[in-house]
Amino acid sequence: MNWLINLGENTLNRLEMFGRATFMLFGAIVAKPQPLKLIPLTIKQIHVVGVQSLLIIVVSGLFIGMVMSLQGYTILVGYGAEGSLGPMVALSLLRELGPVVTALLFAGRAGSALTAEIGLMKATEQLSSLEMMAVDPLRRVIAPRLWAGIISMPMLALIFSAVGILGGHLVGVDWLGVDSGSYWSIMQATVDWDKDVVNGIIKSIVFAFVITWIATFKGYDSIPTSEGISKATTETVVFSSLAVLGLDFILTALMFGIE
Amino acid sequence: MKSKKAELLVGVFVALTIAAGLMLALNVANKSMSGSDDTYTLYAKFDNIGGLKVRSAVKVGGVTVGRVDNITLGNSDFTPVVTMSILSEFNQFPETSSVSILTSGLLGEQYIGFQPGFAIDGIENLGQGDYIEDTKSALVLEDLIGQFLFSSNDG
Repeated sequence: MNWLINLGENTLNRLEMFGRATFMLFGAIVAKPQPLKLIPLTIKQIHVVGVQSLLIIVVSGLFIGMVMSLQGYTILVGYGAEGSLGPMVALSLLRELGPVVTALLFAGRAGSALTAEIGLMKATEQLSSLEMMAVDPLRRVIAPRLWAGIISMPMLALIFSAVGILGGHLVGVDWLGVDSGSYWSIMQATVDWDKDVVNGIIKSIVFAFVITWIATFKGYDSIPTSEGISKATTETVVFSSLAVLGLDFILTALMFGIE
Repeated sequence: MKSKKAELLVGVFVALTIAAGLMLALNVANKSMSGSDDTYTLYAKFDNIGGLKVRSAVKVGGVTVGRVDNITLGNSDFTPVVTMSILSEFNQFPETSSVSILTSGLLGEQYIGFQPGFAIDGIENLGQGDYIEDTKSALVLEDLIGQFLFSSNDG
């Protein structure tokens, strides 16, 4: 009997949380938008969320492209097919690794910071003070951060893929001696703009939305104590990483599963 | 100037993204080639298309002149009909041209080899919507092995 009660209670709590998250999203994005006030705040947040994540994204993109090129070369050269190194690196970066690895790094680098910042604002009663001054914290604090995340993560993913392809070129062509012409030309013949690049961008937009939603909500909904904030920060990283990996499978099945 | 630092860095960020997007569009995906170039459509019936796919290349002597647009099965005679879109700058092919399905390399992908025919008086050029009569099917390795075994049994 007891476990049934627990199960029911847990389910209700989850649903309630989801409801609160949806209310927050609605209040921040849909209800009464004020673009004139929102845009400068959003640009400031893009700086915090996007520009400051640039270094880790570029460095990891470069190294992932280089490693993939090295691994791919050792396998492909056995078939004499090292000319296919370009499309292998480009397709895996554009379709999977670009959006997914960027999303995971973004969740760790920017998502946790968002949660901690908003959580601390709540703990130090800055959010309540805003409300006292008749400023809606959803619009003043949450909305710019949501938009900044949704805008900057797809940009980071694009940069990640481009840098990764250049990194693959660095190892494959400059070090291992694959022909530069075949690296680019076979890549160009294989990669399709709509099917590969645009689908990758769509993926990263979805991931960006989910991560920033989870991050802002976890901060906004956190218990305003030091343990509460640390728990919320951990949950942000764990939940958004799991959500990204799960969603990635679904999106991949929808986009590339059936011809 | 201090207050504009965030805006400046965001500007740099946007510029980087545009550069990455441009690189992906032009260098990686080669969008200009698959874009809205002027093309005209030709049809060809084959007995067997082998592993030909949509977006496979149509080549004249190794030069890509177009792509396969669509592959369907003819309604009445159950033979595959391949729709090709050929770049308009190559519109001087005579009606006597022939197409065959070839393979690039031993394990490579299949493409359509376009063999321009003789242009004599009275022979018109291929235009929008024409059927190419002279076609050669794909080489199916299993059929070839079957024929080989069959003929070696005879001898």
